[in-house]
Amino acid sequence: MTGKVIKYDIENIDTDVIIPGPYLKIHDHKELGKHSMEGLDPDFSSKVNKGDFMVTGKNFGCGSSREHAPIALHESGIQAILAPSFARIFYRNAVDGGYLLPIEIEQDIVKKIQDRDELEINLNENKIFNKTQKEEYLIKPFPELISKIVSAGGLINFKIEEQN
Amino acid sequence: MGMNITEKILAKASNRTKVSPDDVVIANIDKVMIHDVSGPGVIKVFELWENKGIKLEKLYDPEKVWISEDHFVPASDKVSANNISLLSKWSKKFNVKKHYKYGLGQYGICHTLSHEEGLILPGELYVGGDSHTNTSGAMGALAVGLGHTDIAYVLMNGKIWFKIPETILFKLSGKKPDYIMAKDIILKIIGEIGTDGANYKAMQFSGDVIEKMTMEERLTLTNMTTEAGAKNGIIEPDNTTYEYLKSRTNEKYIPVYSDVDAEYSEIYSYEIGDLEPIVAKPFSPKNISVARELQGIELDKAYIGSCTGAKLEDLRNAAKIMKGKKVKIRTEVLPAAQSIFLKAMKEGLVNVFLEAGAIVGPPTCGACCGAHMGVLAKDEVCISTTNRNFPGRMGHVESKTYLASPLVVASSAINGKITDPRDVD
Ligand code: SF4
Repeated sequence: MTGKVIKYDIENIDTDVIIPGPYLKIHDHKELGKHSMEGLDPDFSSKVNKGDFMVTGKNFGCGSSREHAPIALHESGIQAILAPSFARIFYRNAVDGGYLLPIEIEQDIVKKIQDRDELEINLNENKIFNKTQKEEYLIKPFPELISKIVSAGGLINFKIEEQN
Repeated sequence: MGMNITEKILAKASNRTKVSPDDVVIANIDKVMIHDVSGPGVIKVFELWENKGIKLEKLYDPEKVWISEDHFVPASDKVSANNISLLSKWSKKFNVKKHYKYGLGQYGICHTLSHEEGLILPGELYVGGDSHTNTSGAMGALAVGLGHTDIAYVLMNGKIWFKIPETILFKLSGKKPDYIMAKDIILKIIGEIGTDGANYKAMQFSGDVIEKMTMEERLTLTNMTTEAGAKNGIIEPDNTTYEYLKSRTNEKYIPVYSDVDAEYSEIYSYEIGDLEPIVAKPFSPKNISVARELQGIELDKAYIGSCTGAKLEDLRNAAKIMKGKKVKIRTEVLPAAQSIFLKAMKEGLVNVFLEAGAIVGPPTCGACCGAHMGVLAKDEVCISTTNRNFPGRMGHVESKTYLASPLVVASSAINGKITDPRDVD
């Protein structure tokens, strides 16, 4: 998995800024993608490219249970978010819905990674290689069950595989 | 070593004799809730699954499922109206009898109905498609908020995975000073532990303060455990719980209590005898001050509403302050459920609010999540009995919300600026 970094060095980015309340009545995924991160950075959708990784401060996705949040980020092109910690419902939604990967990294790694750096993420070895800065970092491994759901691409695919 | 109440409920639900923090279990679910935002989201998930060849033929148990209409009701526009109509067709098709529709008898905010209607019982494992599902933990249940995919999975299969959380025990002791409400206590706690202070964890409340606390006040505590990132908030059931439920349901339940030798990851002791009324400043519930330090901050609006701050006791407290006085700023009062509205009317509270110049509106999440019915404009400043004040939460991203108890909000409405209830003459 490779991609470029879009960095917001901010803690506690909440679901109200990821996808503001008035859009909660929308359930069209493409439409939600257009309003991704609108509460924090109105230019987000023009900045982000497909396959980008978002790097942010701790407790990303705190606030509401709206699955609109990982859906909007996924639709805007984000394939993984790297942060020291995630709010629990956001984490579950991201993994179980198979929208994007919430990857936990240490705080000092957040400091080292710069906006637009190119990263290669290796989930088998739980490592990140920063191609721009030629550095290697460790990521916190997923617990076993979560790792299975992640490899299946979400809870429903996991169930299908379980049945087969 | 024994288990605490959260662990015991999860052990029972996953047919194990013992669970410990970090174990991952598949647990059976006793009750499930969806509302007019998460419901259509869940229906969308079922559509996507159907494209993959997995079709929802029937719910695992329609009796265990209930639906509320709260966020965008009375339908705020065409999109919301369509969502509500979609939900109605769906509940009919899948035979969900407990669908609380606006304008059709009892309805209201989901977390309020859960206790008003006695829907969630001690010892149960309850999941809801809303982050403040934690509220129902005050009934001695394990109540957890989930997203659309997880709720869809539960509706189909009746179970879902859980990681056993660590539990933080909060022991509250001392004599509650006048003018202090549960809202002040929970804001104080969040101010100290932060908005991720209990991330992935359970927050359990105990102590003599809890023993004396009414059910509705307990519900304010567990409601805002979400703001500390907690998986759940929980209070062991006691006579207060059983009395509260008696008048609301005949359904049987088996209460669960923590073992005496239960383990907790941390224990915090709070002495509340000296607590002063607290206000959380924009833009975080952890950003707290005592109300008196903020006196003089000019306001545009006061909001008494939501699952946190529009239960009957909240309205009684607000009315106590507003009786015979006039509001100086726009003030909205929205009882959290139809039944509460009716009781407030019979007690004369609605008259107090109307005579003070406030408007009293139908139960809805409405302005709490910046959806409709009183959204804030750019630069407007609001004081509110709700639970969140992130940028844009109640309207424009450049509006500001202060969070406080119904006593503080009512006092501030009377003065037009942030006011400690002890300073109202
Ligand atoms: S009242 Fe506010 S916090 Fe409560 S469920 Fe509705 S939107 Fe959420």
